[in-house]
Amino acid sequence: MKGQLILIPGRSAKQGVGLNKGKLKDEYQKVTTTLEVSFEDAARMGLETGDHVKISNDIGETNVTVKALREGKIPEGYAFIPYGPPSSCLFDGETCGTGMPASKGMTIDVEFIKKGEKKKTKLPPRTAAG
Amino acid sequence: MSAVSKDNTIVNEKIVENATCTFCGCCCDDITLTVDMDKKVVTKAKDACVLGKSWFLNHVIEDKPIARIAGKEVPLDDAIDEAAKILIEAKFPILYGMSDTICEAQRQCAPIMDDCLGTIDTTTSVCHGPSGMAFQGVGEPSMTLGEVKNRADFVMYWGGNPAEAHPRHFARYAVTPEGMFTPNGKDDRTVVICDVRHTKTAGVADIFLQVKPGKDFELLWMLRAACKGVEIPDNCKEICGIDKETVVDLFEKMKNCTYGVIFFGMGLTMSRGRHFNSGALMALATDLNEFTHFVAKPARGHGNVTGADNVVAWQTGYPFGVNFSRGHPRFNPGEFTTVDTLTRGEADAALIIASDPVANFPKPAIDHITSDKCKLISIDTKNTPTSEAAHVSIQTSTYGINTGGTVYRMDDVPISLRPAFDSPFPSDLEVLTKLRKKVNKLAKELNRPYATKKYI
Repeated sequence: MKGQLILIPGRSAKQGVGLNKGKLKDEYQKVTTTLEVSFEDAARMGLETGDHVKISNDIGETNVTVKALREGKIPEGYAFIPYGPPSSCLFDGETCGTGMPASKGMTIDVEFIKKGEKKKTKLPPRTAAG
Repeated sequence: MSAVSKDNTIVNEKIVENATCTFCGCCCDDITLTVDMDKKVVTKAKDACVLGKSWFLNHVIEDKPIARIAGKEVPLDDAIDEAAKILIEAKFPILYGMSDTICEAQRQCAPIMDDCLGTIDTTTSVCHGPSGMAFQGVGEPSMTLGEVKNRADFVMYWGGNPAEAHPRHFARYAVTPEGMFTPNGKDDRTVVICDVRHTKTAGVADIFLQVKPGKDFELLWMLRAACKGVEIPDNCKEICGIDKETVVDLFEKMKNCTYGVIFFGMGLTMSRGRHFNSGALMALATDLNEFTHFVAKPARGHGNVTGADNVVAWQTGYPFGVNFSRGHPRFNPGEFTTVDTLTRGEADAALIIASDPVANFPKPAIDHITSDKCKLISIDTKNTPTSEAAHVSIQTSTYGINTGGTVYRMDDVPISLRPAFDSPFPSDLEVLTKLRKKVNKLAKELNRPYATKKYI
C-alpha cells in the first residue's frame, strides 16, 4: 500500500492550542503527526483514518497517522499536515534567494506501516455527482 | 479583590480589563482576564478565541531553572556572560526570532549583532519575508484594520485560513462587525475566499474559489490583465482551476465595490513563486485603484512579528536578513536569512529569541544548528525543541501576561500591553539589555571599530 501525494503543511487551531500547552507535550505531538488526505486517496491507497504511515521525500522521512477527510475538503492528490517537527523534516533548505524554504507543495511518498488501533471512520455515502 | 471559589475558599482575584492577547497578529486588546493572584494563573479570558484562551490559561509559572549551560542550572549572569563570549568570539554569529517579544526588547538586538559583526533576522524570513521583498518591489497599498471595519464592502482572503490562525479576524475587523459605512455587518460585505483547500474559513465565504495548487500567480495575473482591459482567457479553468465566468464575476465585484481589501497568507509566500505571488497580489490591489479604493495586507502570524520588522527596519533600514560584517547594514534575502546561513553551514553561533527553529526549520538547517559546529543560545518562555538543544538556555517571562511593553498589530498599529501577574523569571528586555551591555564591553576590549556607535 503505497502512493504519492503533494503535501501542504499549514496552521490549524488545534496545533495553536497544542503549541500553547507545550511543544514537548503529547497534544502537540499528536496534532503535528496527523496527515489529512482525501477519502478518494485514502481508498486508493487502502488506508483508513487512524492508520500509521511513513511519509518521505529526498530530504527526510517521518511516521504519521492518517485522517481521511470528506469529499471536497482537500483536493485529490494532496495532503495536509499541521506545522511541526514532522513536516519540517521534509523541507528542503533551498530558498531560491528569498530566505523562505519551499514549505508547501512538496511531493511525498506515502507507505503503509500498520493499522490504527482506534475505531475507523466509515466512508461517507457517495453523492449524486460521485 | 477577593472572590469565593467553587470549593468556598477565598481567592485573591484580580480583573484585568482590556488586556491584549499576543498569540497572533490580531493582537485583540479587548480581553477581560480573571487572575488568581495566589496561584499566579489566569483562570478566565473573556472574549478571547480558542487560541487566545489557550495562550492565557497555559502560560503559568513553571518550576524550572532560569538559566542553564549545557543542561546544568547556573546563575543568570553566568549564562549571559557565556552567551556574550560565544557571540563575540564567533566568526559568523546570527540572531534570529524576536516575533514573540516586545518592541523594547527587540531594539536591543540590532546593537548586539552590530558589535558582533553578525547577522540579524526575524521570523518574517520564513513567514511573510517574500511579501517584505515584494513591498520593496511594488509598494504596499496599505490601511489599518479600523478602516477595514468601517469601510470595506469587499473582503477577500487569499492563501490563508484565518478561521484557524486568526479566529477573531472576522468578528473584530473584517467580516461581521458593524462599521460606520457598513452598518449591517456581513450583509454589507461580499466575502471571497481563495485557497487550494476547502478550509474552515471557506464557511464564511459568499464566494469560494478553489484555485489549483501553485497557480495563484496565474489567477492574479489574469485579474491584473483584466484591469488593463484584457479579456479573461477561455481556458481559465484549465490554467487555474476556476471557470471563466466565476473569474469575470469576481473581477466585476472587485471593480464595483466601494472599498476592497485582500488579506493574504502563506499560501502565497510559501509556495512556488513566493515574492512574485505576493507582489502580483499587491500590484493587483494597486491596479484596482483605477476603478475604486482597494488595499491589501499580509495576515501576520505571531503576536509581534510586525513589531520585529518595524524595529529592525527603523534601526538598520531593512526589515529582516541584515548583516553587519562590514560595519554597516546590508540586506540580502537568500544570503543573510537564517535558513540559508544554517543550511550552508555558515553560522557558528546562533542566538534564538522567542522562536523555535529546531521545530520549524528545514531539516538541513536543523542538522546544522543542533550540531557542534554551531553554538546555540536560546531565550524563550517555554521549553521547546530549541531550548532543549541549546548550549545556553535562558527562560524568560511571557510578554502581555507577565510584562508590559509595546507590540505592533498586523496593520502596523502599536498597542500597549497590560500584564496580569508578576513572574519570577526575568523579562526578555532585562536579559537582552544585560547581554547587549556585556557584548558591547567585550567589543570595546577587542577594539571593534563600531562598538562606540550610538543606537536610539
